[in-house]
Amino acid sequence: MRDPLAEQFEDLEKQASAARLGMWAFLGSEVLLFSGLFALYAGYRTMYPADFASAVAHDNVAIGTTNTFILLTSSLTVALAVHAIRAARARRAAGLLLASVALGLLFLVLKGFEYAEHFRQGIYPGDRYRFAELSGYGAKTFFTIYYVATGLHALHVTAGISVLGYLAWACRRGHYTPEYHMPLELGGLYWHLVDIVWIFLWPLLYLAHA
Amino acid sequence: MSDGYYRDDPEGTVPWTDPPPVSDLEPDYLRAGVGVRSWLLTTDHKRIGLMFYVVIVFMLMLGGAFALVLRTELLTPERTVIDAGTYNRMFTLHGITMVWLFMIPSIPNSFGNFVLPIMLGAKDLAFPRLNLASFYVYCIGAAVTLGGMIVGGADTGWTFYAPYSSSTPSTVFPIVLGIFILGVSSIMTAVNFITTVHTLRARGMTWLRMPLFAWTIYATSIILLLATPVLGLSVALVGADRIYRFGLFDPALGGDPVLFQHLFWFYSHPAVYIMILPAMGVVSETVCTFSRKAPASYLALAMSAIGIAFVGFLTWGHHMFVAGMSEFDAAVFGILSMFVAIFSAIKVFTWVATLRKGSVYFNTPMLYFFWFLFLFVFGGMTGVAVATQSLDVHWHDTYFVVAHFHFIMVGGTLTAFLSAAHYWFPKMFGRLYSERMGLLTSAGVFIGFVLTFLPQFLLGNAGMPRRYYSYPERYQWLNVLSTGGAWLLGGALLLTLVNLVVALRWGQVATGNPWGSRSLEWRTRRLPPKHNFDVPPDMRCGPYDYDRPLEEAPDA
Repeated sequence: MRDPLAEQFEDLEKQASAARLGMWAFLGSEVLLFSGLFALYAGYRTMYPADFASAVAHDNVAIGTTNTFILLTSSLTVALAVHAIRAARARRAAGLLLASVALGLLFLVLKGFEYAEHFRQGIYPGDRYRFAELSGYGAKTFFTIYYVATGLHALHVTAGISVLGYLAWACRRGHYTPEYHMPLELGGLYWHLVDIVWIFLWPLLYLAHA
Repeated sequence: MSDGYYRDDPEGTVPWTDPPPVSDLEPDYLRAGVGVRSWLLTTDHKRIGLMFYVVIVFMLMLGGAFALVLRTELLTPERTVIDAGTYNRMFTLHGITMVWLFMIPSIPNSFGNFVLPIMLGAKDLAFPRLNLASFYVYCIGAAVTLGGMIVGGADTGWTFYAPYSSSTPSTVFPIVLGIFILGVSSIMTAVNFITTVHTLRARGMTWLRMPLFAWTIYATSIILLLATPVLGLSVALVGADRIYRFGLFDPALGGDPVLFQHLFWFYSHPAVYIMILPAMGVVSETVCTFSRKAPASYLALAMSAIGIAFVGFLTWGHHMFVAGMSEFDAAVFGILSMFVAIFSAIKVFTWVATLRKGSVYFNTPMLYFFWFLFLFVFGGMTGVAVATQSLDVHWHDTYFVVAHFHFIMVGGTLTAFLSAAHYWFPKMFGRLYSERMGLLTSAGVFIGFVLTFLPQFLLGNAGMPRRYYSYPERYQWLNVLSTGGAWLLGGALLLTLVNLVVALRWGQVATGNPWGSRSLEWRTRRLPPKHNFDVPPDMRCGPYDYDRPLEEAPDA
């Protein structure tokens, strides 16, 4: 096995803190990526308050909320996987990671059903929008933002699923020990970000219709 | 000397232990491996910095060539060499090349990559492979952008204002895709630099003993990290519109074009500080080295860099004073913009005060420092002027603004880039450039620059709008002056390059520390080995302790 200590670091502890800091910095930039969309949401919601409220009310709260529970649970299993590898239980960690992968896939499937339902009603993003019930500019803009935000989030879910899948495989192969499991920790951090972004999208897209 | 950054070193110990005998030394970084493969797959920050340097200089030449065509076209009021459509594409490509392919990565990715880890006393950056990946991602982004230029090129200006950018028949998509990819590279570099500064400082290298260049690179990286994703999002939305009409900024679909401008300038205004902060770092180094003095106030220089990075995020609105913004908002953005001038003035006064009672050496990097000082103050003061709402309404979208930002970007960033190119040349290549040619070309750059852009202030004030292809005859004499200056500037830059390239091979062999600097990068061997130091440095004094005798590290 490769020496886990890279040559530019004095000791493993410094290396670990560098890896964590680097990941947090990267997550910070991810937050700013979504912040641009949140800013657009805020801007257009101010322009079209009534249209936005009725468009939010039209979204399927049941699916949105179920998906929130699914993602939160998947974050829990990732956290438990990190816990398991620290207790030297690699097989258990791999199982937990696979559970997160399954939950992530389930999230995407439910999201897909939701998209399909929207398409059936003629709710497409941008200029192909033709939903007669909500025909204002605001509703159109809301759903465009909805598609862009959930689409970008789904891309992150997909990336996260691949990362977790790889980590499960690596756990299974015994690559990680209680002393060295930094990739697992970092992959977990990334998955928590995917989760947290959804925690903000969920109320904005499904709940805030008052 | 009342600065506190070496107060905990009362006995004044010199930080150097004897290096091991010459025969045990690692080979220097240029000889550590041979062959193309050893370069293309290297993780050595110095080699990656050098590769960035080469590509970035190429981009400067490309952007400069576009500029020369533009200036030649403007020699006469009507058509001179190219038609109006080509002209529109050409100024767009000039802007895109200079901003994203040259200026954003210029100092951080070349000199920053090369010297930052050495300055901190580290063996490499925190993530060497990420660093290499960042170089390749940059190359891919550059290739996609340049490819887009070759297959047609955009005519939107470098700002891609919606909704025109969504509807113009010119080639927008590959260019915004390329810029998105370049943004990924920027973020990778920023993560790497921030982590390195936090975790890889040598023993005894406290935050307040870091060289000032490291402070500015750190501040720049924070801006890159937080602003670039927003640019990525806004250009991605423009690019997506080219394939499927989302129309988030299209009034026909209920969108608001001004929101695009808000998002765009949320990145692109801080981007100005991405360009100027490293430049300020470079001149902070040169002014101390060549005055043989600690800065008049280390803390003032370091903290004003962080101050600029912070305030820089709150000023973007001054680009939209005439685009639909309440007077109150405009006043707030105007005042916040002027805060930048306060921090900049702190820097300028500190640099000037550093010269006082120093033993000033007059050579090329120092001459560039003086040009920088003059041009930066001039450009900065006109910046305060355009941040004033009432004045900006008159000058907005005229050549006055063009002249203002060229004074800051070219007069500031480019002169500092050239200062750095001369200052660190002996460390990067182990030889000295010709000082006489250096001074001569430097003077050429300055005269050419002033001749190019000073007339543009007058043109703008007289009402000539930017980006126009033809103009009334009364503007011609100023345009002729400007074009002449541009050719002089181009020629001087080319001669600068020739001078440096000649020195690569025929320059006098330098010692490890030809400038007698106290900063760590000069305390390595003539050409640093792969891991920079033969013995890990232990900093017991600051990087500007010129009041102590120099215990020069022996040359290999």
